[in-house]
Amino acid sequence: MAELVWLIPAFPLFGFLVLLVFGRRMGEPGAGYFAAGMVFASFAVSVGAFFDLVGRDEAERSEVVTLFSWLPVGSLQVDMAFLADPLSIGMSLFVTGIAGLIHLFAVGYMHGDPKFSKFFLYLNLFVASMAVLVLGENLLVTFLGWEGVGVCSYFLISFWHRRDSAATAGKKAFVTNRVGDWGVMTAMFLAFGAVGSLSYSAINSAAESGSLAQSTATGIALLLFVGAVGKSAQLPLYFWLPDAMEGPTPVSALIHAATMVTAGVFLMVRVNPVLAVSAEYVPTIIAWVGVATALFAATIAVAQNDIKKVLAYSTVSQLGFMFLAIGSGAYVAAIFHMMTHAAFKALLFLGSGSVIHGMHEEQDMRKMGALRIAMPITAGTFIIGWLAIAGVPPFAGFWSKDEILLFALASSPALYVVGLVTALLTAYYMTRQVIMVFLGTARWESHAEEHGAHGEFKPHESSPIMLLPLIVLAGLSAVMGIIQLPSFSWIPKDLQYRLEHWLHPIVAFGEASISDTSAYANKGWFALLAVGIALAGIGLAHLVYSKRSLPVIEPQIMADGWRYDATISDFMGGPGRRSFEGMVALDEKVVDGAVNGSATLVRSLSGQLRRGQTGFVRNYAAVIGIGVVVMLLWFVVGRGVL
Amino acid sequence: MPPFVGPEVAWFALSPLLVLSGGGLLLLVVGALTGRWPRGLYAAVTATVAGTAAVLAAIQWSRIADDGPSTLVAGALSYDAFAQFLTITILISVILVVLLTDEDLHESDADGPEVYGLYLMAATGGIIMAAANDLIVLFLGLEALSLALYVLAASARQRSDSQESGLKYFVLGGFSSAFFLYGIALIYGGTGSTNIGRIVASLQSSVTTGGDNALVLAGIALLLVGLGFKVAAVPFHVWTPDVYQGAPTPVTAFMASVGKAAAFAAIVRVLVVALPFYREDWRPAIWLLAVLSLVVGSALAVVQTNVKRMLAYSSISHAGFLLVAIEAAGHRAGEADPGSGVVALVIYLLAYSVLVIGTFAVVTVVGRNASGDVTLDAFKGLSTRRPALALALTVFLFAQAGVPFTSGFVAKFGVIQAAVEERSYAIAIIAMVAAVIAAFLYLRIMVSVWLSGESSDVDGEPDQTLRIPIGAGLAIAAAAAFTLVVGVMPGWLISTAEAVTTYAR
Repeated sequence: MAELVWLIPAFPLFGFLVLLVFGRRMGEPGAGYFAAGMVFASFAVSVGAFFDLVGRDEAERSEVVTLFSWLPVGSLQVDMAFLADPLSIGMSLFVTGIAGLIHLFAVGYMHGDPKFSKFFLYLNLFVASMAVLVLGENLLVTFLGWEGVGVCSYFLISFWHRRDSAATAGKKAFVTNRVGDWGVMTAMFLAFGAVGSLSYSAINSAAESGSLAQSTATGIALLLFVGAVGKSAQLPLYFWLPDAMEGPTPVSALIHAATMVTAGVFLMVRVNPVLAVSAEYVPTIIAWVGVATALFAATIAVAQNDIKKVLAYSTVSQLGFMFLAIGSGAYVAAIFHMMTHAAFKALLFLGSGSVIHGMHEEQDMRKMGALRIAMPITAGTFIIGWLAIAGVPPFAGFWSKDEILLFALASSPALYVVGLVTALLTAYYMTRQVIMVFLGTARWESHAEEHGAHGEFKPHESSPIMLLPLIVLAGLSAVMGIIQLPSFSWIPKDLQYRLEHWLHPIVAFGEASISDTSAYANKGWFALLAVGIALAGIGLAHLVYSKRSLPVIEPQIMADGWRYDATISDFMGGPGRRSFEGMVALDEKVVDGAVNGSATLVRSLSGQLRRGQTGFVRNYAAVIGIGVVVMLLWFVVGRGVL
Repeated sequence: MPPFVGPEVAWFALSPLLVLSGGGLLLLVVGALTGRWPRGLYAAVTATVAGTAAVLAAIQWSRIADDGPSTLVAGALSYDAFAQFLTITILISVILVVLLTDEDLHESDADGPEVYGLYLMAATGGIIMAAANDLIVLFLGLEALSLALYVLAASARQRSDSQESGLKYFVLGGFSSAFFLYGIALIYGGTGSTNIGRIVASLQSSVTTGGDNALVLAGIALLLVGLGFKVAAVPFHVWTPDVYQGAPTPVTAFMASVGKAAAFAAIVRVLVVALPFYREDWRPAIWLLAVLSLVVGSALAVVQTNVKRMLAYSSISHAGFLLVAIEAAGHRAGEADPGSGVVALVIYLLAYSVLVIGTFAVVTVVGRNASGDVTLDAFKGLSTRRPALALALTVFLFAQAGVPFTSGFVAKFGVIQAAVEERSYAIAIIAMVAAVIAAFLYLRIMVSVWLSGESSDVDGEPDQTLRIPIGAGLAIAAAAAFTLVVGVMPGWLISTAEAVTTYAR
């Protein structure tokens, strides 16, 4: 089965092409079911490949499938090739699985949208690109998928382009992502310059064998990290992600929470041997950027009133946790948290989508409340997601977050403390959200007219096709911790560290070992502390928002995201824009001289001639003349005999 | 005085040039003597002439592959793979532009043989530049190309901005040609010949004798000015935005493809083939021109609102990329293993020519409807009005931005890879930054096409007022297919292009 991995991107790509041609004719809901079917077909292939690899010896769990030779440029040979190994198959399992569920949800959510089939067209293209990204055998194939998911992301963010904010958000995502893309491209050429190949196996084995110089490895690692920061929305390039939630909610769930934004984490794990031989300060930078982003985003999430914005900042924060794991050398934990996060964050986003749907496109949590009665299944599943992200055992998020914190402690107590504070805030703002949306008193009746409801306004539960994915994801969020349980004495040996054993051949070189640290020795106590922190966060929010016995602390500056985004916008819109316009003005005055179409239309040719003699052409010639002088100076004075 | 003895002429080896210039003359003469031909016939004849010449060039290619390169007409022209590759590139561009021109001329009721004849003459000049083995011959080719382009730029007689553009181009072009010619004179003074083979021989001997080289250096500086003007490298780019905007769109496409390909071929002839001994001197100058073109072209393209002007600045940025390839070639010019700079250059030229014509073809179709006005607004909602056209434009814009699986990516990748191979890391990084900035420009056009201004009836019928003429449709389809095929399977092109580094001189 592993040699058929190319089918994983091929199915959704085929779906994309079919929808491109026949999409409108298939209509609703045919186009949606067809797209979902394609993704589930990919999932089936992933499952088959997974069992194929499981059945093999550890050393043989890696298979390269070359489709064709892509770029034979001089000494560089780049193949269009896929790599089936535990990491890529693990990734494609969760990517295609969750994507399939989100496709199903979207069939219900996008009901009645005039661009129904176009939406699924983009979604299928996205899944195909994401599969190429995770399955790529070399940096260039991954980069192909990397660009592909980016393009789909901009188009889907701007899907409801009639909203002005959506178009701006798409632009923002594009610009920040291009900064990241530059990092990846430069890293690619640096790797090629040093190793002479772009394939992961060549780069990683060069690192493992020690033939990759530390300075080069540092360069590659840092540049790839720049790429990851852009893609995975870390400081200082995080600000596109919260805005990206302008897109339809299934897009937020699929692209901006579960899959695409984790691509940066994936890439860092992919090249973990390079990280391992890079300079000491590289993992430290990664860990601190990660934990700083986690804390920063969590403080913003505390004061948001838009149901999706809370989840958006929470996603930025959780991605920060994953980079904290990478920086602490806990690659398995990073992947583990990526998977659990994909499950519970997709669940939370889809749940919020269900709420928005049931509330007639209302996103302000201040106008919600007591929805548990009107929407019992949405509420029930959302609460499971909440417990998972808050870090309450035995839900999935607890296990993955705990493992990251343990590695952070082993690496530096300061990282651990910041991580713990973030965990407290996470539990706090999620509880706040659950209370504001599902518990308490109903605050939507007084706003009925605003929702465009005719007559009596009543939130309603969503259709079964939307609820089914919620239930499946809730199940996953509840039990997914089982794939990587820690070595507590009361847990059977067979169930411990299963993900680590599965990923072992890939992270064997880079994974930090903490088994001889005091953190590891006392891990039971630290786990209890983490549980205590989570419960404290929940309790605190309960006191503030349910009991109202503590004052609400939501300063405006936190609601504004510490004015980070606004500052950048002001700069780009103010001095930045002015300097660009100044450059243009300079170019037009001194250098350029626009063709004044309408003004010159009436002028006779003689007028043109005169203008040509006395006007701009003279300036042009002057610029060329300056160029001539510079050239002559360089050649004759600079290089010549003088 | 000895009697003049004509050189031996290998007529068949010259056949592509002969067919082109003969066809052009014939078209002009017969066209002038007969009444107006049926619609499309001028274009069909021109395309046939160019196609015949291209087939003949392909035959020359295989003869060169068998027999090795040589020189023609007493050393005036090179008969090598580089010349044939560029000949085919130029002729493909001519065919595509001709397909595009038919409708444009017909619309403005200016159908006639003149424009087509000028295309063929300009192409002849461009091919002579690419094949020149003598600086005077190169200058003749340059002037044949330039004079035709001046007239073409002004060929939309009823539009004053077209005339203005032709005039500006002419005045500034004359200015730069003077520098070029003076450069040739200085090189002649320094080396005793204008023939490239003899220049190389003279320099080889002067390396041992230690000749005075200030003349040659000043000559290189002035040659670079003339060529920099032709390729629109900053700071010699000043004419580009005005001329590109004012000229009829098919002519703009012609300038951006044929003009650029010929000028870069000339740069290779002058710098890489004739003056490899001075590579340490001219490489830094090329480095500077490349960096300036990349940065200025990309940055200023982003803030334009007229699409033709945007593409003019973007062509400046592309010129920067091509100069990066020249810079890479400069590291090992003249050595047995010349590196991959020139190979990357010719691939870039072919890929860029096709996709820039494709882009301008879409601009022509869209602009025709908006009476020549091609601001971003004219592209709004193109995806609902003409989905196929919007899709093709997206392919071209992706390719210009260098997105994987398009020919533009293969081209950019090859150039940067060549630079990295020569350890020119700084310029490679600057080129990538410029690509990142320029991508925003293409996004702006794409946003207009796909997202803005959609009418409320999304499933409405395609807009009938936006008709796609057969010729332009054919050109767009062919260009898009080429862009994608080369993007997915570039292997054959790259291995073909590797033959171009064996020059005849």
